[in-house]
Amino acid sequence: MILQKGDVAPDFKLHATPDQKLALEELKGKNVILAFYPADWSPVCSDQMGLYNEMRSFFHKYNAEVIGISVDSKWCHLAFEENRKIKFPLLSDFEPKGEVSKLYGAYNETEGQSKRALFVIDEEGIIQWSYMAPDGINPGADGIVEALEEMKKKS
Amino acid sequence: MAKLKPAVSDYDQSLGDPSSKTVLVEFGDYQCPHCGHAHPLINRLLKERGDDFLFVFRNFPLQESHPQALMAAHAAEAAAKQGKFWEMHNLIFDRQKDLDESIYDEFAGELGLDAAQLRADMDSDDILEKVATDFESGIRSGVNGTPTFFINGVIAEYDTTYESLLRLIDGE
Repeated sequence: MILQKGDVAPDFKLHATPDQKLALEELKGKNVILAFYPADWSPVCSDQMGLYNEMRSFFHKYNAEVIGISVDSKWCHLAFEENRKIKFPLLSDFEPKGEVSKLYGAYNETEGQSKRALFVIDEEGIIQWSYMAPDGINPGADGIVEALEEMKKKS
Repeated sequence: MAKLKPAVSDYDQSLGDPSSKTVLVEFGDYQCPHCGHAHPLINRLLKERGDDFLFVFRNFPLQESHPQALMAAHAAEAAAKQGKFWEMHNLIFDRQKDLDESIYDEFAGELGLDAAQLRADMDSDDILEKVATDFESGIRSGVNGTPTFFINGVIAEYDTTYESLLRLIDGE
């Protein structure tokens, strides 16, 4: 089972670019949308990461940054980011493979890749919403926005 | 199941029977090839079954992947101010591969629009807001790509065929 509302989001530090790592801790004070996904280079033109890329400015209204995580290598992410003009960090859960995905309960052992799982983490590092999408279904962002709205109401 | 938010209103661009209980909404991007594929299918549906449903088009321009999409959306909405939204909508899709920043004077000429007024409206606050409102509605409604269709407020199955659109109208 994936981590649930109320769980502390486990910290991690992963490659965001070939020469830079990003830790969850560095994003304290911001809401974080953590999107685990199976692989770069899915064949459709507006895939999940592409969509979140388009929605970045909307997420910013909620003081939220989106981060993608898959087991693809940092070089693969770099090529994917350049090709799709992705402007948010894609982290590489590459070595040890899937370690962070496993921490969040979002690893598919059979396929050896991350599941399509979403987490909305608040400014204190607590998970406020999580969702596991069925295989092959791009979940969109309606659930993310509802969670961010709820959090805004409470703060 | 993702639901359309907000519901269809007078703020939307619509075509067909306004009193119909069957409402088909498309979230589309003028530079998206899949929307370009769906466009003649929708027009065929309107031609053959236009009395049976109301069609609504909301803008979902993917600016990062389609650099011309946002301006095209502004142009269509601006043409609405001169009563020619659907004419511009059709022209943009028909000429999808030719879209660039300078083409709208030519489009205005073809449609008999006041080109200067069109340009001014394309940059106006209410047109910018209309397109941004449509985009936000797509995010809130769970749009996960373009085109995404909603039938009577619920996200719909569309498999790129005319038949799949017909099934939506027939409630199958």
